[in-house]
Amino acid sequence: MPTPQSEMSGHNPGADSGARPPLIELRGITKKFGGYTALDGVDLKIGEAEAVGIIGDNGAGKSTLVKVLSGVHRPSSGTMLFRGQKLTLGSPLDARRNGVEMIYQDLALCEDLDVAQNIFLGRELKKNFGPFRVLDREAMTEAAANDIADMGLDFDVEREVGQLSGGERQMVAVARALQFDPAALLMDEPTAALSAEKIRKLWEMIGRLKQRGVSILLVSHRFTDILNICDRIVVVRAGRIAGEMMPHELPPAQTMAMMTEMMTGDTVGNGAEA
Amino acid sequence: MNVLNWVMNSRIWGRGATALNPGLVLAVVVVFIALSFISPYFLTATNLLNVAKALVIVGIAAVGETLVIIAGGFDLSIGSTMAAAGMLAAYMLDSGFGVAAAFCAAIGLGMSIGATNGVLISYFRINPLIATLAMLAIIRGLAFVISNGREIVITNQTWLNLGTGKLAGIPYIVLILVLVYLAFLLLLPRSTFGRYIYAIGSNARAARLAGISTQRWRLLIYITCGATAALAGLMLAARTGNARPAAAMGFELDVITAVILGGASLKGGRGTLLGTAIGLILLFMINNGLTLAQVPSFWQQVVKGGILLAAVLYDELRRGRVDDG
Repeated sequence: MPTPQSEMSGHNPGADSGARPPLIELRGITKKFGGYTALDGVDLKIGEAEAVGIIGDNGAGKSTLVKVLSGVHRPSSGTMLFRGQKLTLGSPLDARRNGVEMIYQDLALCEDLDVAQNIFLGRELKKNFGPFRVLDREAMTEAAANDIADMGLDFDVEREVGQLSGGERQMVAVARALQFDPAALLMDEPTAALSAEKIRKLWEMIGRLKQRGVSILLVSHRFTDILNICDRIVVVRAGRIAGEMMPHELPPAQTMAMMTEMMTGDTVGNGAEA
Repeated sequence: MNVLNWVMNSRIWGRGATALNPGLVLAVVVVFIALSFISPYFLTATNLLNVAKALVIVGIAAVGETLVIIAGGFDLSIGSTMAAAGMLAAYMLDSGFGVAAAFCAAIGLGMSIGATNGVLISYFRINPLIATLAMLAIIRGLAFVISNGREIVITNQTWLNLGTGKLAGIPYIVLILVLVYLAFLLLLPRSTFGRYIYAIGSNARAARLAGISTQRWRLLIYITCGATAALAGLMLAARTGNARPAAAMGFELDVITAVILGGASLKGGRGTLLGTAIGLILLFMINNGLTLAQVPSFWQQVVKGGILLAAVLYDELRRGRVDDG
């Protein structure tokens, strides 16, 4: 059986995209919280329109990695490049300004605000009202209603988010991330609260986003999520990249066995997870 | 009953976080009708005007407190700020400054106290109850120390006129209250300031992740609260004709009761200024009714405390946060 590192050789679209630099590149990113090292010299490339899955055990550093990419955490050391240019993210707003949107595991929605208010939170549309710039509530409501309709959904955007189902809330978080045409969409465990039907809709939507050229970074502990949607799988263990692989190069059972091996560091029999 | 159902469920009460509680409006109507039957003096123009004048001072201070509570905060230092603002303006007038300069300085002092609260709460992450309780004691104490406990009699006619004068039969202070409410009622639904107050109160982390500087906005909210408290202090001094270090002691109870009664949630994210205004009317009608019924003032305190508890309990029950464990 090939080792994880040998398996990844020659299969990194982000790294092999020729003259075009990858959309996002991390070089030697380390993140420490006090004495605890959550990320330890991580190198990662995400190509344009590429879907990368990040998988790893609890505490492996997956969430910290996406939080560094989304500007929530500043890395302790290392470099981040965006389309070949060095980038320092001081806040989630910096990431958004560079076209990097994040869907958080807890969705980070304001339950007392309505759908439209959540979608535009922090980036409200405004209009002139005499000498003042005021919120353009009608425009935001209309745009939010269009977003929801475009996603094939049907609910009132003037409803409070606190009154929506888990699946509807997830879609509000997705609609918010897509509202401003992101270059990259980061998702942390997006299927955790969804029914099978809603998961299928989410994957359809992500497929459409990839076709539109949006890069996807998906963090999940569910193998099926990763296998369904990703072009490349990156396994994280103890704050480091343990290996990378292509999801459809080997039969699913073998892919799963390899991922498990990389996640745990233990050898798993070929096809043992089937 | 169909009409009642239609009225209670109508969209005229608004939607979501800014919806009015129709039960509150119903309570005002019921108390109003009941008092009209109980006391022949209640429904006289003089009495109703007295109720209006009494609630003005608390009403102005309640504007800032409403914003703070919707944003998930709390401000106990309102009464002390009112006293300090009144005393500063009175000192400045005694020292030869004009009334405009004295008022600006007093409002500036209120904003500074609010800014101190905001910095302590937002940047040093001190619990709002503790931070503003400390400020309550510090500002009140300083007002006594600096004045040696003496009151200042106001002789400036412009200032006194604000407390006693009328325009077309309506007292100036009532007009000022209406103007302050109108200004904020127009501002809140149309501005990012208003939107972010609700967002921060609803989920401060989500607001921060959406790129909102929650620390700076919280600071601004407490500064606004300090400003409205200072304005209320100036109006109180105008009504009483003096500035005292002990002025507005215990006003916090009335202000917070009115705000919570008006539907603002102590968990943040919900409430309206219109609700606060209706809460004020209900609270002061009950006060007035108790006075007309010659209930001793100590008992009135007991009733007010009871109303506050009932309002908080109602809020908890409405949000389903009373567990049975």
